[in-house]
Amino acid sequence: MAIDFHAILPELVLAGTALLVLVVDLFVERAKVVASWLSIAGTVVAGVALASLVGGGTRSTFGGSFVVDNYALLFKGLFLGSLLLVLLMSQRYINAGTAYQGEFYFLVLSSFVGMLLMPSSRDLLMLFLSLEIVSATGFIAAGFRKSDARGNEGALKFLLIGVLSTAVMLFGMSLVYGFTGSLQLGIIAERLAQLGDEPAAVMAVFLVITGFAFKVSAAPFHFWAPDTYEGSPVPVAAYLSVASKAAGFAGLLQVTFVAFPSYARYWAPAFAVLAAITMLLGNVIALAQTNIVRLLAYSSVAQAGYMLVPFAAGSSADPAVREEAFQAVLVYLLIYAFTNLGAFAVVTLVSQRQPSNLITDYAGLARRSPALGMAMTAFLFSLAGIPPAAGWYAKFVIFKSAINGDTLTLQLLVVFMAVMTVVALFYYAGVARSLWLGTPPEGAPELAAPRVSPALGTAIALSAAGVLVLGVLPNLLVQYAPVSTLVAGP
Amino acid sequence: MDWFDDSALTLAVFLPLLGAVAVAVLPKERDGLIRGAALSFTALALLAGVGMLARFDYEAGAAMQFEVARSWIPSIGAGYHVGVDGIALPLLVLSLLLSLLCVVYSWKILPEPRNPKAFLALLLLLETGMNGTFVALDLVLFFVFWETVLIPMYFMIAVWGGARRDYASIKFILYTLIGSVVMLLGFLALWLRSSDEAAGRTFDILALQELGAARFGGTFGTIVFAAVALGFAVKVPVWPFHTWLPDAHTEAPTVGSVLLAGILLKMGTYGFVRIALPILPEAARTWAPVIGVLGAIAIVYGALCCLAQRDVKRLIAYSSVGHMGFVMLGIATLTPVGINAAVFGMVAHGVITGMLFFLAGSMHERYHTRDIVELGGGMATLMPRLAGVFTLACIASLGLPGLAGFWGEILALLAAWNPAPGLSVPLFRTLAVVGLLGTLLTAGYFLWLIQRVNLGRVPDRWGGKALGDMAPLEVAAWSPLIVLMVALGFVPGLILWLTSPSVTGWFTDLFTLAST
Repeated sequence: MAIDFHAILPELVLAGTALLVLVVDLFVERAKVVASWLSIAGTVVAGVALASLVGGGTRSTFGGSFVVDNYALLFKGLFLGSLLLVLLMSQRYINAGTAYQGEFYFLVLSSFVGMLLMPSSRDLLMLFLSLEIVSATGFIAAGFRKSDARGNEGALKFLLIGVLSTAVMLFGMSLVYGFTGSLQLGIIAERLAQLGDEPAAVMAVFLVITGFAFKVSAAPFHFWAPDTYEGSPVPVAAYLSVASKAAGFAGLLQVTFVAFPSYARYWAPAFAVLAAITMLLGNVIALAQTNIVRLLAYSSVAQAGYMLVPFAAGSSADPAVREEAFQAVLVYLLIYAFTNLGAFAVVTLVSQRQPSNLITDYAGLARRSPALGMAMTAFLFSLAGIPPAAGWYAKFVIFKSAINGDTLTLQLLVVFMAVMTVVALFYYAGVARSLWLGTPPEGAPELAAPRVSPALGTAIALSAAGVLVLGVLPNLLVQYAPVSTLVAGP
Repeated sequence: MDWFDDSALTLAVFLPLLGAVAVAVLPKERDGLIRGAALSFTALALLAGVGMLARFDYEAGAAMQFEVARSWIPSIGAGYHVGVDGIALPLLVLSLLLSLLCVVYSWKILPEPRNPKAFLALLLLLETGMNGTFVALDLVLFFVFWETVLIPMYFMIAVWGGARRDYASIKFILYTLIGSVVMLLGFLALWLRSSDEAAGRTFDILALQELGAARFGGTFGTIVFAAVALGFAVKVPVWPFHTWLPDAHTEAPTVGSVLLAGILLKMGTYGFVRIALPILPEAARTWAPVIGVLGAIAIVYGALCCLAQRDVKRLIAYSSVGHMGFVMLGIATLTPVGINAAVFGMVAHGVITGMLFFLAGSMHERYHTRDIVELGGGMATLMPRLAGVFTLACIASLGLPGLAGFWGEILALLAAWNPAPGLSVPLFRTLAVVGLLGTLLTAGYFLWLIQRVNLGRVPDRWGGKALGDMAPLEVAAWSPLIVLMVALGFVPGLILWLTSPSVTGWFTDLFTLAST
């Protein structure tokens, strides 16, 4: 069977870059920063490879387990964009802290190889493999600050819970295979529909979904997230909270909407409950945080809750409703990625000088650097969902998809989400206010332009521009969401 | 002049935004340039507004004019659809005018921490949100403009505000947001029911009005009206959703209070007139008695609170609750007279209360207190011209015939005496009587205010101090408002001439003929 190498070119380029970085780093003594530039170059080349696939129709290889369609391309574009921002953020941050530069970039690149594989995976085995590539490298990257007790604790928690969730998911997958005799998502969907209501099969479906719920840090499976984010290097926390979460959602979308649509009447209500609990816990606990990374961690839990809302519309009989729900998750992810990476880029910058990451460190930030203050304000209000920052549109499509479902559960859920949005504004606005009004702590270091690394500055500027432009003209990006035609009728 | 007709509204809305960007990128040291840019962009926007007044077809006031409809976010079916009729135009021009006057006023007078660059950039962004709200003819566009005012106003209060600014600013933004997310859910529900086919659904306000009476009836309409009205009611604010208002108005800097009272409150009442009533006429009739009762409560409650205030600014803030009560009472009657009264009341309140907040700010600049007891009277002796304008604004606000405040209130009361067919006449007549009592109380507290501030002997503590009467800058910023206060009082037709054809066009069919 011939392998379509063009289809897997972006993954190949990225994997090749990862290996190259590891080798080059061995032979370079002083200019360790070369690893960073090499990774950035590899990402750009992978982006070009990805661009060459656009408009080429659907490609499929490895016997249909690996498919490149518009859905996959959209996610891959999102991941490569996030990777670029993460690499730009990491440059001086990692430089300052460690001699293991090559290893760091190797881990990050490998993790993103797993993410790129994820949206193309159309059988359970590929899904599992790509998820594990993302996670295993994530475990190590999270513990990258070896001498830091919090880093160790965070990484260990991440590892234990990650392995547990993997085990649960694998168990579920093996049961699904037992019932359907296939690993292909499409075939599973058909056979499950024929199977009808088999309690053990329903349980298997739930086990698989639970595994993914860990990855997207949905409550009550979110406990690892705040500790892990806090202990990780900030750029790692950024990619865990954005890219690895997006990979989890990509997998979740594929198993729920593609493999298990016939059991939607079971999983859709479960997602409604999951979404409500996740929004509630994320937002309410975020109110009490004093550490900016933990605040963003709980905020990202809450954001996952918003993104789970459209899943509750998955049981609708109307294919248009299901399609819209599917797209709402995509749009939310796209906008959330820009916004959250931007916020983490600002945190990276500040934590280079004030490593404690307390919210009080941000008091008066805007007075020390108005541009940085404006960017962070834009990110915070985008997360809160207030125009003209892009986040309003993300919330809007979620509301719209849920209202479109037109059931009482969804209506209640959407009202609950509306209330939660207001709760969330309280802590986002609190940080924003302190940026502009707080008195800078004693001896706060300079943040003026010459001392900001150009790479990091570029990352912040890119995200801020993205957030503001998309806020006014959302169509620039979201017009690509409807081209993903993964959801068909059951 | 075709180019003007096609671009006038876009210019009026986005010139301030362009100005905000210009102010934000100019270096901080170029103070004069920054102020100049802010002034020219607001002035140009006002010029577009004046041009529209000149070219507006007054005969055809019911039709949308200067209309622009372009695609904006096709994937959700939201368009950039803007236009003005006789109801929207006066409010748009008021917003353009007040924004310009605020820029003029801020030329010299800015509270700590000053920073004119940031202040003017926020003011211009705020103006874009306000102008946009009055011209948007698409629910999504309306929502975006509506929410755009939140961030600038939040920062205006939080940065340049008074002692309790932290509390007041967060209360303002949280209150408004809870209202507006519920409103958004209402908009989405309207969209969902606008067609059975997914392709036929629309966010277009005019298209929804066409559908309105037929499609959005029954329980659905009643619930959706409540959701949409909650968003508007928080903004107005209707009693009992008003508690953010006294705090926000009192703590905001002068210019912030002027725009809050002058424009932001009108966004709420405008929402009722443009969206809630025409799209959901049946539900409006169900809810009208509730709105009317809340309006009447607000009139009396506002006046009673005013009697108990010691802070001049807080007193004016509570007086807004009462005046907006009249506007809501006018709307609740569902008659052309009542809606005309409401629009007139909105404009008049914007002019008069804007003026009063300017005056309160200037008094604070001079006395460094707004406490009525500490002021101790005698302003007429100390600063005769300032006191004269203050007296004029107060009696305009209490509704003296011949000044702007009179027509909105008297027409609202008249309308309440004869509400739309199908509404309970005894109830609305009772409300009219309650409103009438409210006007007496209003006259009472304003006259008492004039007595305590203007009249009497100058207290010793101000004796010999050169407080300085009206400065040329204040004359410049205020004279248009003073002229309008008198002109609208003598020639109410200036507004009614504009609004009446639109109101008759929109509402007569909805509430008078179709009320069987």
